[in-house]
Amino acid sequence: MTIRIRQADCDAMAAHARAALPNEACGLIAGRQDGALQYIEKVYLLTNTDQSRTHFSIDPREHLAAVKDMRAHGLSPLGNFHSHPETPARPSQEDIRLAHDPKATYLILSLAESPPVLHAFHIENAAASPLRLEISPYTDER
Amino acid sequence: MTLTVAGQPKEYDAGLTVSKLIELEQVETPMYVTVSVNDAFIPSDSFETAALHDGDSVEFLYFMGGGACDGVYQ
Repeated sequence: MTIRIRQADCDAMAAHARAALPNEACGLIAGRQDGALQYIEKVYLLTNTDQSRTHFSIDPREHLAAVKDMRAHGLSPLGNFHSHPETPARPSQEDIRLAHDPKATYLILSLAESPPVLHAFHIENAAASPLRLEISPYTDER
Repeated sequence: MTLTVAGQPKEYDAGLTVSKLIELEQVETPMYVTVSVNDAFIPSDSFETAALHDGDSVEFLYFMGGGACDGVYQ
């Protein structure tokens, strides 16, 4: 599986993550799937109700509103993203334990390095496997 | 009765509860699913008794959370 995302959406996630510091930030990703390619068409920057530097939970009301927006725009829910303010862009045991949707793509953005590092994962049966992530230039309309 | 489930109208027998709908819809890992009916969230300990009515709109949302709290990475 290859995940394709626009640079502008990566920038938006990074800005959201920086604004949430010292806490973790989170959100949802939506788009479309074409065979083994997932295109992220929209990123939803949502509230971490845990307000924690080491944990996140997506606000269920914002989650519900995002799902309705996806449906209204013909987008499919693809997964979520969250930031690691001080640690690498890899799933922690907690990330794996709480990854309940095997169909989801999990993006993790680390602010531990500059520039931020973004990686994508599939998590199923208590194991995480990296996915290929391609970042499209700002001008790429696909 | 007609329910709208995840945006799709569907027909069901009357007298359905949230837990029965979860079963009929074969929702995966239901213990981690949040359910809303007409935009109101249903407490999980009420799934067995929460009755659904004609015209209700139901959404299933997977809890999404995690974090770097344990410092252990794959």
